[in-house]
Amino acid sequence: MTRVIVSSPYVAPGNSLKRLMIQVIVALLPGTIAYAWFFGPGVIVNVALAIIFALAFEAAILRLRAKPVLPHLTDFSAVVAAWLFALCLPMHAPWWLVAVGMGFAMVAGKHLYGGLGFNPFNPAMVGYVVLLISFPREMTTWYLPAAVSGQTLSLAESVAYSFGSVDIGQWDALSSATPLDQVKTGIGQNIPIDEIRQAPLFGHYGGTGWEWIALWWFVGGVYLLITKTIRWHIPLSLLTAVMSMALLFYLIDPAIYASPLFHLLSGAVVIGAFFIATDPVSAATTDLGRIYYGLMIGSLIYVIRVWGGYPDGIAFAVLLANMCVPLIDYYTQPRVYGEK
Amino acid sequence: MTDSSEITKSGLWRNNVALVQLLGLCPLLAVTSTVVNGIGLGIATLITLVLSNTIVSLIRDFVRNEVRLPVFVLIIASLVTMIELAMKALFYDLYLVLGIFIPLIVTNCAIIGRAEGFASRNPVGPAALDGLMMGTGFLAVLALLGGLREIIGFGTLFANAELMFGAGAQALTITLNPDYGGFLLAVLPPGAFFGLAILIVAKNWLDLRPAEKPQPVDALPEGL
Repeated sequence: MTRVIVSSPYVAPGNSLKRLMIQVIVALLPGTIAYAWFFGPGVIVNVALAIIFALAFEAAILRLRAKPVLPHLTDFSAVVAAWLFALCLPMHAPWWLVAVGMGFAMVAGKHLYGGLGFNPFNPAMVGYVVLLISFPREMTTWYLPAAVSGQTLSLAESVAYSFGSVDIGQWDALSSATPLDQVKTGIGQNIPIDEIRQAPLFGHYGGTGWEWIALWWFVGGVYLLITKTIRWHIPLSLLTAVMSMALLFYLIDPAIYASPLFHLLSGAVVIGAFFIATDPVSAATTDLGRIYYGLMIGSLIYVIRVWGGYPDGIAFAVLLANMCVPLIDYYTQPRVYGEK
Repeated sequence: MTDSSEITKSGLWRNNVALVQLLGLCPLLAVTSTVVNGIGLGIATLITLVLSNTIVSLIRDFVRNEVRLPVFVLIIASLVTMIELAMKALFYDLYLVLGIFIPLIVTNCAIIGRAEGFASRNPVGPAALDGLMMGTGFLAVLALLGGLREIIGFGTLFANAELMFGAGAQALTITLNPDYGGFLLAVLPPGAFFGLAILIVAKNWLDLRPAEKPQPVDALPEGL
């Protein structure tokens, strides 16, 4: 690699944190658009609501802590956390669900630990797990993709749904389990996987719609890698761990263990690998540590999916790995040049 | 320190077992999912504290210093066993709800702490008063934390009051909003930690506030 030497004067690049966050938002766009394409504009409503609540809670707690409000709000870190959080929610969620989640994410997950840069846990995942544990009914009401049900809620209907001004019952026919949920339930009833996957909910490799969305998250992830917003260690080791565990058990018994491709393309593995696990604050900071961190999350995702109580396990896996980060970092410090 | 108003203030507020000394947190965090559970365990702890402080104070001149701790533990364990049997006989349903936490009162650091730190050095009167006030302070925090978690977690107040006060108390149960779906986190262990932390913040805030005014700290309102 040749480096062009330029003589002074130099122009300092802008706020680097802000640029980093804008890169992440750009990378999130294709996947979000694909998500809305398959499941309707409810996703956009969720993202918008989450951003509004995140900024409001962030502004309130910054005032309480007597910190400058505007510079922190415009670094877009709260926007990215809100966006990722909203993508984890079911497509249609009541507004108070988003508010409670963002409140815990911003206040308890981020600012009670000292704000951006000091939080040991990924704030978006803290908010999501609080909701998953507290509101199991709202958090498991998922909807069918348009390709299966033939219709999705319009933008106006999605907004009305979020603010509870319509009777939710009329859309009961559109609600459905996620593909991962369906597989888990089916295996519990001793139905072989091939038979479970005959349902229209399932596509070629993963779930209908879900597999394409995963592809667009992958495209966004590659963009992040090219722009050097994230490094390759965490996504690669995470995906490797999920795929190799899935392959091992798939080879042992393909009737009860889904294929590696199904695990890769359903749920939140791809977005988790590129966008959630790579949070620069709560992830491991050494190169070797990042590989261990990714391997740990990947294996935990598979363990939770197959033997755990929840159909998907990104959030729990990331939070558990967050807890191990100080230990991982301590044991993986690179050798200083010239020392033994 | 033996002045009775000092003992009262110290037990209820300034040295509150739960909010300042942070003792007995295991039962405090585990059983306070409702007001009734909190009050039930609070009263059992209060009775243990008063009796153990009284007895320890009575025998303080006859027990050799070297063996005092085993003797205190024996006294407290006997008292807790008596209270457990009494609750089994009188409030069987509440006894079932509180379960292991009634025998575990024996391990509550607040009780051995008061026996060692206060009752073994003071005459019977102040010792019994200290037990009463420390116990009341603990009871108040248990009830308050139970109420906080019950309102947020279930949207009710005084649910299952009949367990403690008989069938007539069923009317005591207040449902604040019948449409409220509940917020499970408040009932689960994290809710206990968050709730206790909020109460400690509130107490510290109340304590620090008069420091800005010319008012002396002693003029604080008593109780919680």
